[in-house]
Amino acid sequence: MGSGQRAEFKNPVVSWIDERLPVFSLMQKEYGVFPTPRNFNYFWNFGAIAMVMLITMIVSGIVLAMHYTPHADYAFSSVERIMRDVNWGWMLRYIHMNGASFFFIAVYIHIFRGMYYGSYKKPRELLWILGVIIYLLMMATAFMGYTLPWSQMGGWAATVISGFFTAIPVVGDMIQTLLLGGFSVDNPTLNRFFSLHYLLPFVIFAVVFLHVWALHVSGSNNPLGIDVKSSQDTLPFHPYYTMKDTFGLGVFLLLYVIVTFFFPNIFAHPDHFVEYNPMVTPPHIVPEWYFLPFYAILRGLTFGINPYIGLSLVAMVVVMAPIYGGPDKKTGLCGLLCALGRQFALPLLVVAGIFFALGYLSQVEKASGGALLSLPLSDLVFINAKLAGVLAMFGSVILLVFIPWLDTHPVRSARFRPLFKWATLVLAIDFVVLGYVGMEAADAALFGVIPLLWIGQLGTGYYFAYFLMILPWLSRNEKALPLPVSINEAVLKA
Amino acid sequence: MSAHTANHSSEEGQTRRDFLLLTAGAFGAVGAGCFAWPFIDSLNPAADTLAMSTIEVDLAPIQEGQAITVKWRGKPVFVRHRTAAEIEQARAVNVAELRDKQSDTDRVKKDQWLIMVGVCTHLGCVPLGQKDTDAKGDFGGWFCPCHGSHYDTSGRIRKGPAPKNLSVPEYSFVSDTLVKIG
Amino acid sequence: MTIKKLALVTCVALSVLSPLSARAAEGGHLPKLSWSFEGFAGTYDRPSLQRGFKVYREVCAACHSMDKVYYRDLTALGYNEEQIKAVAGEYTFIDGPNDEGDMFERSGRPSDPFKAPYANREQAMYANNGAYPPDMSLLVKARHGGANYIYGILTGYGHAPEGHEVPEGKHWNAIMPGHIIAMAPPLQDGQITYDDNAPQTVDQYAKDVATFLTWASEPHMEERKRIGITAFLFLLVFTGVMYTVKKKLWAKLH
Repeated sequence: MGSGQRAEFKNPVVSWIDERLPVFSLMQKEYGVFPTPRNFNYFWNFGAIAMVMLITMIVSGIVLAMHYTPHADYAFSSVERIMRDVNWGWMLRYIHMNGASFFFIAVYIHIFRGMYYGSYKKPRELLWILGVIIYLLMMATAFMGYTLPWSQMGGWAATVISGFFTAIPVVGDMIQTLLLGGFSVDNPTLNRFFSLHYLLPFVIFAVVFLHVWALHVSGSNNPLGIDVKSSQDTLPFHPYYTMKDTFGLGVFLLLYVIVTFFFPNIFAHPDHFVEYNPMVTPPHIVPEWYFLPFYAILRGLTFGINPYIGLSLVAMVVVMAPIYGGPDKKTGLCGLLCALGRQFALPLLVVAGIFFALGYLSQVEKASGGALLSLPLSDLVFINAKLAGVLAMFGSVILLVFIPWLDTHPVRSARFRPLFKWATLVLAIDFVVLGYVGMEAADAALFGVIPLLWIGQLGTGYYFAYFLMILPWLSRNEKALPLPVSINEAVLKA
Repeated sequence: MSAHTANHSSEEGQTRRDFLLLTAGAFGAVGAGCFAWPFIDSLNPAADTLAMSTIEVDLAPIQEGQAITVKWRGKPVFVRHRTAAEIEQARAVNVAELRDKQSDTDRVKKDQWLIMVGVCTHLGCVPLGQKDTDAKGDFGGWFCPCHGSHYDTSGRIRKGPAPKNLSVPEYSFVSDTLVKIG
Repeated sequence: MTIKKLALVTCVALSVLSPLSARAAEGGHLPKLSWSFEGFAGTYDRPSLQRGFKVYREVCAACHSMDKVYYRDLTALGYNEEQIKAVAGEYTFIDGPNDEGDMFERSGRPSDPFKAPYANREQAMYANNGAYPPDMSLLVKARHGGANYIYGILTGYGHAPEGHEVPEGKHWNAIMPGHIIAMAPPLQDGQITYDDNAPQTVDQYAKDVATFLTWASEPHMEERKRIGITAFLFLLVFTGVMYTVKKKLWAKLH
């Protein structure tokens, strides 16, 4: 990159540097005159906002690391020293602590915008996947940062999350020991978490660079989801979007300032302020809010895969076969499954439902012990509930990678796809509801009647159905509204 | 757009926008500056470090002709109970000939007690001369082994690369035998 | 636009869900007092802080450590250096080793942390029938309800209602989760003599010590709010300017 045409600069120093290393030409090309669709709405601000949050986190983190001691005996005290004795330490820590939340807020809106307007579709698949990688790295970084203050919440979060790996058959315990550097969360764990928590943000930064590079190759998507056809459809990035982004950033930062300075502990649980004690688990462990939906999915899987659930899944695969395989698959196993799926879609769905109910009920425990419904072979669990939960949780994130191939509808923007629009909005609400379920105690009930577990399970069901069934089905069957001829025309009409 | 082709109203709009942009830029610069300050200031000594920055030293056990080294702000401080001969030697020097012109009386509060930071003013080594067995240099005071600076019995630089006399910290006598440094 | 509707729906959903999510404390209903340190410009009531410190020193400190707070921090309560030296000097600390390699006792200095009543956690638990009196440096932030919780616990002692067993050596408390607390009622009317005219009642003691503990857990709160207001107003104006810039710029396009 940067080998293209060079721009002219009046300043001799700039010009001298640019002849030898065309960084100014690069900036001019990619951020100065870069042609950007003229019809962005404010949802397009969040990429820039996320970038600013990443830099804020790195800068505040570097300074905090200068005052922090990554040792089990001193970590908690060193954080309190930052809060009490270091000049402005309280502010740096609150900026960092709440910055993580606001970074995630920006990124969640950014991701949702991408989903709603179909930004993941050709030619932006790789751009999208790089984004998912950034999100995964953020999750890892945030989780390790949560442990560093060595509080009850952080220490036990590390215990619980590393415990996920014990769900892996045979080698699970060994993997957990390897990750922790011991048999429990202790000083070696803290040391490596600190090392990685310092490293990963720079990896994120590198992937963000690739993400932006890929963006500048394909160009931005826009709320209409149609391609840029002429220069009339675009505006130079500067000053139009630099100014708009700065204004949007200002609004976002206002909220950030309110939380950081007036409600700095709103996202923090009281157990954050008790030093880690490996002998006493706090009564109610919750992850940070941005992990809560996935936590609800983890806890929602109270049942494993027994023969009934297995059969139900097989039936669903057959129903989906023609949708995944397409009408032209006629031969082989695929052809057979497709034919079966086309012929018996409805009965198969009913069968799947019945078997799922049987498999589920045969694994629900009665208050008096024993299964609610005893069926032959129901104890034959291929994948137990714990492993199923962990797989579902990781799967729910990994699924994002595959959206470009799950949703193959030619129209990008939800504006012209009414069914897709509603399915996606429901997904957003579903995500919030799952977050609420994840926040509550495992045995809580809504209005004291409806167990939240059921709501969480329904939500989990919709989450997976959206990606694995609804998106592929809509890709084949949804009739889109007529698209405007060009961005310019649509803007002028409005 | 040149002034010739622009009509009057757009020219005015242009000026107004320039002014706005200037305002925005100024705000951004001021904001960034204010935001940067806490990050920089956090590198200054913290409250706990500052709270430890004074120490009290009991002089009673130090015999004449002996010296002790105490730690103050992470650095060695030399406290020497000078003999009459040493004091006389320090006073006999012609101040005008010194590299760093300072009379002995300016460097002590009580003649027999010489208190100074034991860090060579050349490149920060700790000079020898506290123990009886140490090399004391050509002037009977201290000698820095790193690059060969010689200090006299008042801790003044006499020979070698160091530019300044050994520095005297802020201190005060709480009583005849108790001194507060810092 | 639907996307706006979605934002609205999400806000509504969150606001509907959040009161439901207010975890019903297993303990009693927390009293809600109005504190001087609440609100966007709230500050600590200095006389109350000083009285609260007195309550802590004379009562709580017998069992509860406060090892993140230093005597030098007491300047924030309005004490001068001499007063702080005098307070710190009342306590004896083990220091050392001296030149002979021995540990020695010396009187406290402003740079010392609040003197802990026990040498370590084990000793604290042994002396209190196995119950650990938590360190109070961060107690307000480490409990749901904060200052209200502290006040609630201190004023929440009473007789167990019919049908509730209180184990030997424990006490019934309306606010404590589970209602059984190991700490005996620590305060009685008139127990601590105040230098000012504040009432010497359990209620007032509890309010003052809760204020003091809030300060202890968040000593930079006043500075934080002050800077927050400045930062907010600055950003507000900046964002306003940017809005105008953006509007002017884009106006030419339509």
